[in-house]
Amino acid sequence: MLHRIIPILAAATLATTAQAGEVAPGDVKIVDGAIAASLTGEPGDAERGKAAFVGRKAGNCLACHVVTELLDEQQFHGEIGPPLDGVADIYSAAELRAQIVDSKVANPATIMPAFYRETGLNRVPDAFKGTILSAQQVEDIVAYLGTLKGE
Amino acid sequence: MGIPHLKKTVAAAALALACGGYAAAELRDDYVAVEPPNEDHPLTEIISGYEFRTDETRALQADDFENPGYLLLEEAMETWEEVDGAAGKSCASCHDDYEESMAGVGSTYPKVVDRDGEKVFTNIENQINHCRTEHMQADAWKYDKPDMLGMTILVRNVDRGEPVNVAIDGDAAPYFEKGEALYNQRVGQLDMACSNCHQDYYGMYIRADHLSQGQSNGFPTYRFKWSGVGSLHRRFSGCMKNIRAEPFSKGGEEFLALELYLGYRGQGLPVETPSVRN
Ligand code: HEC
Ligand code: HEC
Ligand code: HEC
Repeated sequence: MLHRIIPILAAATLATTAQAGEVAPGDVKIVDGAIAASLTGEPGDAERGKAAFVGRKAGNCLACHVVTELLDEQQFHGEIGPPLDGVADIYSAAELRAQIVDSKVANPATIMPAFYRETGLNRVPDAFKGTILSAQQVEDIVAYLGTLKGE
Repeated sequence: MGIPHLKKTVAAAALALACGGYAAAELRDDYVAVEPPNEDHPLTEIISGYEFRTDETRALQADDFENPGYLLLEEAMETWEEVDGAAGKSCASCHDDYEESMAGVGSTYPKVVDRDGEKVFTNIENQINHCRTEHMQADAWKYDKPDMLGMTILVRNVDRGEPVNVAIDGDAAPYFEKGEALYNQRVGQLDMACSNCHQDYYGMYIRADHLSQGQSNGFPTYRFKWSGVGSLHRRFSGCMKNIRAEPFSKGGEEFLALELYLGYRGQGLPVETPSVRN
């Protein structure tokens, strides 16, 4: 029994605790709608970012956003939020980072989840305690969004 | 920050351009909507979940022989007559012909009933179990098991086509307010309220799902995804799990309050039980 439980707990804590050198969720500061510095201190990886963006257990961003270049490989893009085509032409990496970390700072009424916040939540089961995305995943998605430029 | 809040309509138009023809159910031009009972009602038009489903799903619901919910109903018609429990009674012993005795029940529950001077807020499932344990001295049925689902369908189906008409004033007022608060409270790791999806974005797609108003008029419902029939509280539970929230218990006070609030959101919709959904 025990050996079945431990890996699950371990996985949950992995996602929760900030790794050394990372900015912990509680320490993130959004200033003028932007977070200037990388949460990991390093630039993200766009290829990994695409996987985290698409993954239903990760960002699941397609639940609400259309990305035209992904229509061939991913069915069913949601239409709740604006399409993200060309989003890098409009916003800086620092603004995109803030939007992913906690979009409710800009718009408290939004349906978009705060992907890097762990406080102020209700009725979260133990298996989902902690942030939705890790600092690394946030940075990787910021890097992927950086590739979404107009023609 | 500088990120503008795009209007829904803009996003929808953009999507229509982006993936013009993918096969999915749109609301037909001639969809049926009901007028809200007053200006304070949260919705400007009240629409059954039926209208958001595909032609195939709707056809199955409309066919009393093919609709799987009717199998449970037929079993319940037999159970109605069967003696069970230490008191040696069947439902029919006290309620006789359900077409008569149960008329006006399905469209008005949940509600506050008077049991020998005690006011109790109950839905149909909890009332059935009250009759089983107190009046029949039989075991309670489990929520979402076939016996309970079938009998709930039987009772609600008597009112099929009747407009939902729940009371929210008087003794029901505190339960209604509680339900409204729960409906608008964000929960779960994804931090969403029922209203975020079913009030703010009904009619739009969230990934592959066409969001309806989350109405209750068709429950218990047959769902393809469940390959079976399920209760309203099972659906609540599923929606909460999807946003990574700890669901409340089936038949418990929170879901009962939500059930009443949903009844009012759908005030005037025809009872559709047993409905069919994807
Ligand atoms: C539940 C729906 C939902 C999910 C899931 C979601 N978003 Fe959003 N997003 C929105 C909505 C709605 C807006 C519009 C702005 C607002 O509501 O504040 C938005 C706005 C944005 C914007 C600003 C776009 C613009 O043109 O203004 C970006 C960038 C963005 N989201 C990125 C993401 C990323 C990256 C993810 C996944 C990690 C994601 N979103 C997941 C609903 C969602
Ligand atoms: C011994 C008599 C008795 C039996 C047997 C009985 N009930 Fe009842 N039932 C009552 C009484 C009395 C009430 C109203 C007061 C109360 O709630 O106790 C009632 C109320 C109800 C109501 C609410 C009706 C309304 O008008 O609001 C439903 C629904 C119901 N019963 C279903 C059932 C079902 C289904 C069965 C069989 C599983 C059953 N009852 C068996 C006595 C009985
Ligand atoms: C993330 C979006 C989302 C949230 C939040 C959500 N739901 Fe749902 N719900 C859905 C989807 C998708 C469906 C299936 C398609 C439809 O009918 O909207 C659904 C279906 C339903 C249905 C069935 C409607 C029918 O006609 O069969 C009910 C009832 C319902 N939801 C109630 C709730 C309640 C109550 C809450 C809050 C506890 C809630 N939902 C929260 C997405 C959501």
